[in-house]
Amino acid sequence: MRMAKRVLAIIFGIMMLLLSCTASADDSFNLNKDGFSTSYTYGYDYWGDVQESPDAYRVTTVLDSVSLGLDVRMSSPQSLYVRNNDLYIVDTTNNRIIQVDIRNGKYKVKRIIDHVTGGTPETFNSPYDVFVDENDNIYVADFNNHRIVMMDRDLNWMKEFTKPADATFDQSLDFLPKKIVVDVAGRVYALVTNCNKGIVKFEADTVFAGFIGATPVSVSTAEYIWKRYFQTQAQREASVAFVPTEYENIYIDKDGFIYATTTNFSEYDLKWDNAKPIRRLNGLGSDILVKNDRYPPIGDLYWLEGESTYFGPSKMTDVTVLDNEIYIVLDRVRGRLFGYDNQGIMLWAFGTRGNIEGAFTSPISIEHSGKDLFVLDQQENSVTVFTPTEYGNIIYDAIQKYQEGEYEDSAVIWKNVLKYNANYPLAFRGIGRTLLRQDKYEEAMEYFKMAHDRDNYGRAFKLYRKEWIEKNIWWIFLGLALLLIVPVIIGRIKRMKWGVIMHEQSKVRKNV
Amino acid sequence: MNKAKSVRMSDMAEKTSGRGAWWSRYKASLRYALYVITHPFDGFWDLTHEHRGTLAAANTFLALFLIIRVLKLLLTNFQFINSPIQHINVFEEMGSLLLPFLILCLANWAMTTLFDGKGRFKDIYIAMCYALVPYILIQLPMILVSNMLTFEEGSLYTVALSISLIWCFFLVFVGLMEVHDYGPGKTFIFIIVTVVGAAVILFLILVFFSLLSDAFGFFVSLYREAAYRLN
Repeated sequence: MRMAKRVLAIIFGIMMLLLSCTASADDSFNLNKDGFSTSYTYGYDYWGDVQESPDAYRVTTVLDSVSLGLDVRMSSPQSLYVRNNDLYIVDTTNNRIIQVDIRNGKYKVKRIIDHVTGGTPETFNSPYDVFVDENDNIYVADFNNHRIVMMDRDLNWMKEFTKPADATFDQSLDFLPKKIVVDVAGRVYALVTNCNKGIVKFEADTVFAGFIGATPVSVSTAEYIWKRYFQTQAQREASVAFVPTEYENIYIDKDGFIYATTTNFSEYDLKWDNAKPIRRLNGLGSDILVKNDRYPPIGDLYWLEGESTYFGPSKMTDVTVLDNEIYIVLDRVRGRLFGYDNQGIMLWAFGTRGNIEGAFTSPISIEHSGKDLFVLDQQENSVTVFTPTEYGNIIYDAIQKYQEGEYEDSAVIWKNVLKYNANYPLAFRGIGRTLLRQDKYEEAMEYFKMAHDRDNYGRAFKLYRKEWIEKNIWWIFLGLALLLIVPVIIGRIKRMKWGVIMHEQSKVRKNV
Repeated sequence: MNKAKSVRMSDMAEKTSGRGAWWSRYKASLRYALYVITHPFDGFWDLTHEHRGTLAAANTFLALFLIIRVLKLLLTNFQFINSPIQHINVFEEMGSLLLPFLILCLANWAMTTLFDGKGRFKDIYIAMCYALVPYILIQLPMILVSNMLTFEEGSLYTVALSISLIWCFFLVFVGLMEVHDYGPGKTFIFIIVTVVGAAVILFLILVFFSLLSDAFGFFVSLYREAAYRLN
């Protein structure tokens, strides 16, 4: 009976433990007066635990209608674009694009683009996006005029991309371009509302060239069986149809690859990396984003379940790619920015919801100029300018040096990073790699272990093991020899003893 | 087999009184585990029906199993195991193995005793503990080996672990078969039934505790109400 009681007590204890485990991580930030706290910036360690980090970016200034000196206040701006020290803000409701000079940290309105000379019509109607090519030709996604218009630097109409007269494009729908990018050859890629076949591609001569990057429709076996055999016709019709998802935003990097984000996925797919919220599309439209971390780039790894705007997984509303292939995504759910390097390893995450500096109400677009970041808030009608801190800068430097092949230099910088943040796996890995190159295997192993880098640890360990065996070969032989000889000797002695005993006994018997 | 039996005989012959006898019997039953895992059909039959196994030896194996499980989590090289050391609670790890083990033994006894299984609870417990021996014998050296291998050579490690687990499951199967004197088909069915039974036991425990907490809450509120009225 006592035994049974004890067992029950243990079971009870374990159930209590399980109950306490269901409480989720606290998501609120304790913000200081200046809008930052130690947990404003954070990262995830190997175990997926949140690790506080020094701020990688800080707010330099916030640009709004007042600070820019605009007569008409901005109203739900939808997009940002940066080209050659000019920041373009698409002021959608006011049907204009504001061009801001951002040289030397001074932000002055250069001109307001609100018409296209020689176009029909000449004004814009809810422009959603803008793109400026190397020759300063301006492309505008003129949403409610159903066109993408291209004009030269003096706003003279050049050409127009309109609804494709093609059977693959649903002719009953209006052509509503929402996001555009243009490659070096002048081909236009557009995200079009109500079109889920992928990115609409136009040749430079405005001819429709098909769709690229459509999300493959995937249905799990269990889901298929459930829908096919266990649901009634009515249920099946009521449930969501299997359609490919629409993209949320696109960005074209310096190599001409299109980064696309999507926010339309199930949480289950996200955890198994079937959702792929961030993609890097090649010319064929397949995803070639490198993911070498334990966790795929999905933003936050944990979230509260629920229907509130603050809950649920990160929804990447925009992406921007720095020159060193680091890409930064903007999460509209919790107003956060996530930076990933070209191996898919998270560098930092920061940001929160709110209406103080460094927090967003409804972030919609992100852009960069050098290492500075611009985040557009469509509800606050403001652009927040972030500049990397010392800590953020040296991370970039170290990555840069490593990419250039200057491993020793990068290790020195990584050691500096560790002074700021001892919980930075990338720094341990960087130092370990350099030590491995310098044939310091044991030290390299130590660093790789801290970075949880199994591949490299194995590599270092293999060399270390070889070295160790070569050094201790005589001891190993000696040990083996002892192992072989000692039992033989013991056996001999035992046999001798046995012989003596038998001899004694036989003497005894004889005497009897 | 003969060797093991002869060992056993000599131990029986040494049967003196008190602690010495217990100790030699315990040692013999420990050594008998090696015979059981290599000759399971014969070994498990004699283990319970001929009382070759002892409860003390069974407890030893179970304790070793739990300890080695924890050692494995703590000492295996990080290349081969994902164990967040900062989150590991030794007692939780042990409990999460011990409890299912005991509940499954209990469920098996509860089910088989209704369908003319020959084993008593003690017999089942002893047999199951002896079935854990390959885990102990293989996983302990593999902890050491894991620190001498690189990530690329990991297949060696994985294969050894798989062998230990397959061996254990085979022993569990044969052990139950011999203890209850069942055929293989019946054993297989009763393994499934045991799992279902364990689920039922868990459910009953949960219901019991939720009712208990409700009852407790009722009396607490009754007391509060009474205290309020009386004041």
